[in-house]
Amino acid sequence: MRYEAPTSTKDAVGLLSKAKGKGQVLAGGSDLLVRLKGGFIEPDLIVDIKRIPAMQGVTKTASGFKIGAAVSCAQLGENAALKKAWPGVVEAANLIGSDQIQSRCTVVGNLCNASPAADSVPAMVAAKAKAVVVGPKGKRTIPVENVVAGPGKTALKAGELIESITLPARKGKTGDAYLRFIPRTEMDIAVCSAGVNLTLGRGGVVTDARVALGAVAPTVVLVPAAAKAIIGTKLDDVALAALAAACEAACNPIDDKRGTVEFRTEVAGVLAKRAAKIAYQRAGG
Amino acid sequence: MSGVHVSTTINGDPVEFVCQPGEVLLDVLRNRVGLTGAKEGCGTGDCGTCSVTVDGRLVCSCLVLGAEVEGRTVTTVEGMADGADLHPLQKKFIEHAALQCGICTPGFLVAAKALLDRNPDPSEEQIRYALAGNLCRCTGYDKIVRAVQAAAKDLAVDATKPAKPAPKKTTAGKSAKKTA
Amino acid sequence: MTHNPSFTNQTFKVIGTRVPRPDGLDKVTGRARYGADASAPGQLVGMILRSPHAHAEIKNIDTSKADKIPGVKAIITSADLPDKVNGRRDMLDTLENCMARGRVLYDGHAIAAVAAIDADTAKKALKAIKVDYKILPHVTDVDEAMKDGAPIVQQWVRTAGGDANKATNVSQVSQFGHGNIEEGFAEADVIIERSYKTEQTHQGYIEPHACLASVGPDGNGELWVTTQGHYTFRTQCAQLLGMDIAKLKVTSSEIGGGFGGKTHVWMEPVALALSRKANRPVKLVMTREEVFRATGPTCSTSMDVKIGAKKDGRITAALAVLRYQDGAFPGIWGMLGGMTAWACYDLPNVKAIAYDVLVNRPKVAAYRAPSAPMAAFAVESTMDLVAQAINMDPVDFRLLNAAKEGTRASYGPTYGPIGIRATLEAVKNHPQMKAKLGPNQGRGMACGFWFNFGGQTCSTVNICTDGTVNVSVGTVDVGGSRASLSLIAAEELGVPYETVKCTVSDTTALGHNDTTEGSRGTFSSGMAIIFAARNAVAELRARAAKTWDIPVEEVEWKDGVAYPMGDQHHNLKPLSLKDIAAKSPRTGGPIAGHNETVADGAGVSFASHICDVEVDPETGATRILRYAVVQDAGKAIHPDYVEGQFQGAAAQGIGWALNEEYVYGKDGRLQNAGFLDYRIPVCSDLPFIDTTILEIPNPGHPYGIRGVGETSIVPPLAAIGNAVSNAVGVRMNHVPMSPPRILKAIKAQRAAG
Repeated sequence: MRYEAPTSTKDAVGLLSKAKGKGQVLAGGSDLLVRLKGGFIEPDLIVDIKRIPAMQGVTKTASGFKIGAAVSCAQLGENAALKKAWPGVVEAANLIGSDQIQSRCTVVGNLCNASPAADSVPAMVAAKAKAVVVGPKGKRTIPVENVVAGPGKTALKAGELIESITLPARKGKTGDAYLRFIPRTEMDIAVCSAGVNLTLGRGGVVTDARVALGAVAPTVVLVPAAAKAIIGTKLDDVALAALAAACEAACNPIDDKRGTVEFRTEVAGVLAKRAAKIAYQRAGG
Repeated sequence: MSGVHVSTTINGDPVEFVCQPGEVLLDVLRNRVGLTGAKEGCGTGDCGTCSVTVDGRLVCSCLVLGAEVEGRTVTTVEGMADGADLHPLQKKFIEHAALQCGICTPGFLVAAKALLDRNPDPSEEQIRYALAGNLCRCTGYDKIVRAVQAAAKDLAVDATKPAKPAPKKTTAGKSAKKTA
Repeated sequence: MTHNPSFTNQTFKVIGTRVPRPDGLDKVTGRARYGADASAPGQLVGMILRSPHAHAEIKNIDTSKADKIPGVKAIITSADLPDKVNGRRDMLDTLENCMARGRVLYDGHAIAAVAAIDADTAKKALKAIKVDYKILPHVTDVDEAMKDGAPIVQQWVRTAGGDANKATNVSQVSQFGHGNIEEGFAEADVIIERSYKTEQTHQGYIEPHACLASVGPDGNGELWVTTQGHYTFRTQCAQLLGMDIAKLKVTSSEIGGGFGGKTHVWMEPVALALSRKANRPVKLVMTREEVFRATGPTCSTSMDVKIGAKKDGRITAALAVLRYQDGAFPGIWGMLGGMTAWACYDLPNVKAIAYDVLVNRPKVAAYRAPSAPMAAFAVESTMDLVAQAINMDPVDFRLLNAAKEGTRASYGPTYGPIGIRATLEAVKNHPQMKAKLGPNQGRGMACGFWFNFGGQTCSTVNICTDGTVNVSVGTVDVGGSRASLSLIAAEELGVPYETVKCTVSDTTALGHNDTTEGSRGTFSSGMAIIFAARNAVAELRARAAKTWDIPVEEVEWKDGVAYPMGDQHHNLKPLSLKDIAAKSPRTGGPIAGHNETVADGAGVSFASHICDVEVDPETGATRILRYAVVQDAGKAIHPDYVEGQFQGAAAQGIGWALNEEYVYGKDGRLQNAGFLDYRIPVCSDLPFIDTTILEIPNPGHPYGIRGVGETSIVPPLAAIGNAVSNAVGVRMNHVPMSPPRILKAIKAQRAAG
């Protein structure tokens, strides 16, 4: 096995292409190294992307934000502008693991590890985030929900890696929030989770919404019916109940050592309601 | 065999080593550099017993490759004391009986120092969440939190003491240019 | 014993002061050396191949490919660990648990081991070993294992005293109690009967098992190991390997937590066997996954409790039927549960029936007050239900029925002075009882009991020529006992604490010492040091007498100084310990005191806890708001470390109550062998834990010491169960009370209207 630390995206793509599928990208390593040590993967090559300038830093542009693939979640939490515009995305990213993990983990790594319970993904999906994918055939930009193909699987082709995540610019009264259920107060994988992104119009009425659920299906579930249930409302109890019901109906979870089907389904609805209320408050409702 | 040659700085000293590509920093520190203060409790980033800092950031050294620290700075518990002068955290841990078996202590000290370095006046809740990545099975965390609170107070007092006067410059005549 | 061990009710100079501990500096600087921190020249890396099946016959193990890998220096199987136990069943069980003999009994059971030049080579070698299994049906649930037709775990096991021809998973049935429970229940105004389950938990020490083993062709060996009892490990390893005990030198490293799990050998004999075969030192360190899969967790249980009481609160009858699984080998854990179940109470008619049951799980080992927490969960939960049924305050109900001096305990003996009532009174008056509770918040309390043990103990006190003192003990220091033991030596000799250095010696320096378990470390070694120091003082007086040329009966020892007694000696200057030590080369040589003893007179220990919780009724999430421990310590030698034991034990109980459990799949494999999904409390899960140390002296110890380390793991399960019940009105009967279980109970209650 080889370790390489290229200093350009082009070099990284070149290394991965030559490795013919037996190369792995190393950003924070909090998933990769666990899988490596556990013997679940046996790569020929590890490509460390942390020395690539194009993958570092959070940039604010007119069209929104660009988050480099090598940016740690701790760094995201220290970016005041990003926190102000996308508090839900940032709080989701900051929930991944301990402070030790936070210094290392990245939202791109979280996305590409493709765990159904990944914390940053429901919030990014709700935020309409996009992934900038680079490969031997060039660059393409896809919605983050299209990156994940199934548990542990991405839709990336051989030689491809993600260079950055983009978030749209915020206009008007907007707010997002992310909540997850864990049995302790920290250090657990989400049993279920909800990311809600709202836009408010006149009088505090919801004019646009996106609701995404985590850990209740093989991949993150975007629930248009839940969004529909609250659009045109001021999040009264009837609307919230409809939101929860729509979320429960969209759940397709499993029984495992972390939770039961029954528990995940019910609590997903509870979290969606609570996240919606927080997002609403943040939007100024 | 495909060893990686690494030049790095550990606790302020220049260090070179050769390690395997898949070898983690924890094993490098313990087996190649002889620093056994960081311990392996789980190997998967769930217990914090291997905590060190890399470029000032608190990390689990079991989830960092040795190769990654090329050109970077690493600090471990062995670098906390200033010669024979213990860091206030180390003093307070002893004073407040914040250790029983002591296996988690190096990790807690490194993590607590990382906390106080960026947040010198943390609330009890902030301390507890900052240290959530460090498992202790002996103490129930009570005396650990109290020791960190006491150390924060101590460090705050040190910070308010007047700085030692700078040594006098001996250039005669000209006054220092002011930079904007 | 040459000295009377009875309580002397003395006042103390240094005992009870909060001194810094002697090993503190090394532990905060990273200098302290634990099991995995030692290395030897030429050492090999040891690694163990483990079964992926819960129950199987081993048809064949083919190591031929692994043998040929360059860098592999030795491979062993059970063939390299022949039976040398002379028919001792318990030692054969230990041997079989260290390495499977023809069949595997649980997921993770060791099958073979390799020693290689590095970890990568060892991993390659393990992968290259081919094992042919014939998978057998397995059973992992205690109730399932007791049914007719259940897969039999050990074909040779018979219920002790039962049918000698029937293979069974029930290795013994124990019964304790007195009186007539049928009559007692007939008298009762109110009878509450409930069933309970607790899941399997692990001690969860942060340091995995680790050792460095070196055995030479001359039969001499050395073992550096993290352990709670290096003398016990020496005896066991020597016996299993057919070595002379005296020739196996075992050194205890600093220990990174044990709580009972390191009182038993798991892979140390394997490391020694590898070293013997390779003729090189072998370092063997368990991974966290191996610790969970293949060391000694505690039992999972299924229990039925029935209590009958009169309207005025007097209990008339109490019955507990307890079913404990001991893993794949017979154990005494159910029996211990039966002994402790009713120990807090003064009961006219009481019975506990306890079953010890085998299942295809790892061999159960002690975990801090082993077996008591589960029985206490069942009993203390039912106590609250009875109190509710008769409309009586739960503390008052317990006070009315609490054991006292002279009570005949449910498990047999009559109590001397004990602290249960004092802890209950302290709870009643505790400020936490007055803290206001908000919506979805509730308060619960519970009691707990644990016996303490004495055991074989040796200690030596050596006076150096500069007057400083070396104390050698054989009990491993698991929680700071070296500080307490130094205080005891300082107190007896009358010298400053700072002049005493206490060391845990290796096995060549002292006679046998039993393991540090049963809360016996400070109690037993403390007693041995008291008597060793008194022997040293006798010698110091003799030297003073010699120096003054007066009879030794006319020399008294006070606060570290020898004084001549009587007016006729008024011209003789007193001699300090330092003076006498300096002269010792000329007055008879080095001055020392020894003591080899079986420390008798261990007391029993009681605790009462108060817990306030808040339950989220929409998710079942439970947070501990406040927690208070009240426990009787007899005499607190070093209050900081006594408090630490209270808090640590309570924290383990809280984790057990809320989130910790072994999760087995239908395939009999452990699914959560790591700290990610075996969820112990983290710092943000707990509040500050209030502690109150009561001191009701134990008459069997000169200072009145009671063991303190274990008792406070016993009350939390029921304290939390009772608090949850008071918070959201659901009675939890299954531990851990994880959010899915609590939410399910809340929903069932809502549906029932």
